[in-house]
Amino acid sequence: MDALAERHGAELQRRFSEATVAVCGLGGLGSNIAIALARAGVGKLILIDYDKVDITNLHRQQYKANQIGLYKTDALADNLAEIAPYTEITTITVKLSEDNLTTYLKDADIVCEALDNAEAKAMLVNGVLEQLPGYFLVAASGMAGMDTPNTIKTRKIGKRFYLCGDEVSDVADTIGLVAPRVMLCAAHQAQTVLRILAGEYEV
Amino acid sequence: MVKVNGTELDIAGKTVTEYLATTNYDPKRIAVERNGDIVFKSQYDVTVLRDGDCLEIVSFVGGG
Repeated sequence: MDALAERHGAELQRRFSEATVAVCGLGGLGSNIAIALARAGVGKLILIDYDKVDITNLHRQQYKANQIGLYKTDALADNLAEIAPYTEITTITVKLSEDNLTTYLKDADIVCEALDNAEAKAMLVNGVLEQLPGYFLVAASGMAGMDTPNTIKTRKIGKRFYLCGDEVSDVADTIGLVAPRVMLCAAHQAQTVLRILAGEYEV
Repeated sequence: MVKVNGTELDIAGKTVTEYLATTNYDPKRIAVERNGDIVFKSQYDVTVLRDGDCLEIVSFVGGG
């Protein structure tokens, strides 16, 4: 922790280490977001996913071949323990819904939407903004395919809702998801989280 | 006039539901903010757009 304080400054590192961030969905976005936040010294991560690691995930998600078949929550917690053992991790292996999201997200300061299905994304965004007033939300839409990296961006919509991505590249219309473009979007989300924690609310 | 995603439209007096019916948005894939605050899904039918309102409609695409 002293090493991080030296790099980031003590005040900024205090803000990071006192924060709790929920990562909803641990695929290409969520696994990369979690690792970035853990490396930066965010104190507590709530990792939420109901799915298991599949061989088709390995081209873009932060899992290893020997983790196929494990719950993503457990596999990512193991990987984070190796990368950043000072991070406090809570794993929740459930499918989020309108009816349970408050229960699982209420302890977070900031919620990252990192799901893959468009309707699930909309459900979570509406649910968080409706049911958890005062919480910050960092969501993503549009990062599939082989388009230029330069269209991935972050914009602020309303008072506490940030949206990352190009907003148009649907996985259904492209060759699918490729690691760097998903990582770019995840990096936008993670950096936006850190900026909010730093008190920098504009994009 | 109501500003929708940056474009001025002559839709004051319509409800959110009435406006959405004139568009190609899939209601299951969107979030709507009005003047910086979320419009609750349950309120689309009764939220009347007023002159000067600023509406942001986010339409989600798949992938993550």
